[in-house]
Amino acid sequence: MTLPILLFFVFAGIAVGGALSLIFAREPIHSALALILVMVALAVLYLLMGAGFISAVQIIVYAGAIMVLFVFVIMLLNAGVENRTQHSIMARWLGIPLAVFLIGDLAYWMARGAHALPLAERSGSLAAGPVSTQDLSLHLFQSYLFPFEITSILILIAVLGAVVLARREP
Amino acid sequence: MPLRADMMADLCRIAPELILCVFGILLVALEPFVPSSSKRALGWLAFSGSLVAIASLWIVARHPGPAYGGLIQVDNFSLFFHGIILGSVAVVILGSINYLCEERLQRGEYYALVLFAAAGMGVLAGAGELITSFLGLEMSSISTYILAAFRRDARKSNESALKYFILGSFATAFFLYGIAMTYGATGTTRFTGIAQALSISGPTLLAVLGLGMMLVGLGFKVVIAPFQIYAPDVYEGAPTPVTALLASAPKVAAFALMLRIFYVAFGPVQHIWFWAIWISAVLTMCAGNFAALLQTNVKRMLAYSSIAHAGYILVAFAASTELGIAAVLFYLAAYALMKIGAFTVITHVGGRGERHLELSDYAGLAKKQPAIAACFTLFLLSLLGLPATGGFMGKFYAFQAGLDSRIIWLVVIAALNSIVGAYYYLRVILTMYFREPAGESGPDAGLGSEIEWMPQPVAASIWVVLIIAALGTLYLGIFPSRVMEFALRSAASLR
Repeated sequence: MTLPILLFFVFAGIAVGGALSLIFAREPIHSALALILVMVALAVLYLLMGAGFISAVQIIVYAGAIMVLFVFVIMLLNAGVENRTQHSIMARWLGIPLAVFLIGDLAYWMARGAHALPLAERSGSLAAGPVSTQDLSLHLFQSYLFPFEITSILILIAVLGAVVLARREP
Repeated sequence: MPLRADMMADLCRIAPELILCVFGILLVALEPFVPSSSKRALGWLAFSGSLVAIASLWIVARHPGPAYGGLIQVDNFSLFFHGIILGSVAVVILGSINYLCEERLQRGEYYALVLFAAAGMGVLAGAGELITSFLGLEMSSISTYILAAFRRDARKSNESALKYFILGSFATAFFLYGIAMTYGATGTTRFTGIAQALSISGPTLLAVLGLGMMLVGLGFKVVIAPFQIYAPDVYEGAPTPVTALLASAPKVAAFALMLRIFYVAFGPVQHIWFWAIWISAVLTMCAGNFAALLQTNVKRMLAYSSIAHAGYILVAFAASTELGIAAVLFYLAAYALMKIGAFTVITHVGGRGERHLELSDYAGLAKKQPAIAACFTLFLLSLLGLPATGGFMGKFYAFQAGLDSRIIWLVVIAALNSIVGAYYYLRVILTMYFREPAGESGPDAGLGSEIEWMPQPVAASIWVVLIIAALGTLYLGIFPSRVMEFALRSAASLR
């Protein structure tokens, strides 16, 4: 067994274990910490696939920014131990069949290999194989510069919205 | 780095969007420094910004061609839509100034959001690629969600904005998923590239699924059945000038994107989407017209009427010819004018706190303010489709395009629907001219219940809006040929 495969199994195990404890933890803050574990383990998996940029973004955005927000919300709402509800009927009767279907579907396509997916042949623009940060930045700052720039206006609109809706009346 | 000639040309091609964004940022920056007694000046600044953007269309027209490697396409089609969108936005800003003063909501952010929304719609009108168009769609949508919530202390406004936001985000997710599937099926997000890939591969399952998902997302934005459920609540609850905006410019811009996606990108598989549009057209017309019959709130009735009009536009859309596309363009121009006009009348009659929106409030309006009643009559007759109005010519070209493409049943259904529509438009006109006004009613009528309610005097800016809309409606009705010629040239540039 080579090192990458060994690492894959270790971090895939951590991700699955983290996801399980996220669901089963009874205190919201424990769930949030478990989610960080999942995010970081996923970042390592991306790195193993050669997607360095995605991996870095995963840590910065998800494990960093978004999780801080989660923890803040939990703290501000002062959420304690969650109450167990009676399991909903929908979840009991549809949940397991749907989960089995999803796993079966994924397993089927994986067994047939990625080439069997009805996707078009990638034509040059985004080449097969690992995408380097340099390729990504070339796309972002040259061919897709315009959408990148108008995203900043979009964020400005969101900020304005927060100001308009949350400002206290004088 | 010095500006190269091609970079300059690209900047010229997005001049209206640049100008709108600069004015928007300027408004936000100036807002804290303007004393609240003279906030009205910010409205005039925004209005002049939109006029400068309209003027910049002359610069755009001198630089036809693709910008940023085809992400933005400057052609007659894009110019036509920029004209409608920027014109609508300018007029809506003018109509808002007085309303915001009365409601004590005069704030720079309002105008900045309108300008940013307009910039997003401008991107939509010119987009030649899916990711760019998605960002344009989000710019216009998110701004309008916030604008719908602008009367924060009114419960209806909050309800309207929350519904619009949640359902709108849901629709956007569909659109995004459609983009991902289309990319998976064709390997590109550029419209021309998608068309090439589809003409080689034919309609693959994944591509058709992608188109269906995008139809759901766009169907929400242009308000066609079965995605129209949210519209009456949102239009009714939003501040009326915002309703005027919602009913005109974003809808027009989303139709521009829809035309590009369906005719340019998915042009090779027209036979697949034809029936989806056909069925949706029938559903939209019937849902809009029959529900409008039951309304007693005029603002809500006009919301249903704008659903019905989206249905008529789809008739021209389904025609799948150049005449059909041109008819869509012409109809949208006429539609935007008469809707803004009608909602401006409602803004005026509604008064402070939007208390007078019921049909009974319009009783005897012809005696109280004859000129306002006359303008409203003109807009309603145009919505109904009476000759010599823009609405009539729009329907005429749409039905003609339908008959030319032999979708006779659809045209017959549309004509029958127009007759149904006559009932509720004429009812308002009859109320204004022939019904005696009742005394003030409602929760706060109190002592003055015998005193007849009088609408406030008409503000100058409202006059200007009404005159522009009325003259435009008449111009399109009596001299349609110049605009139609331009629409035909725009349709030709799409193919």
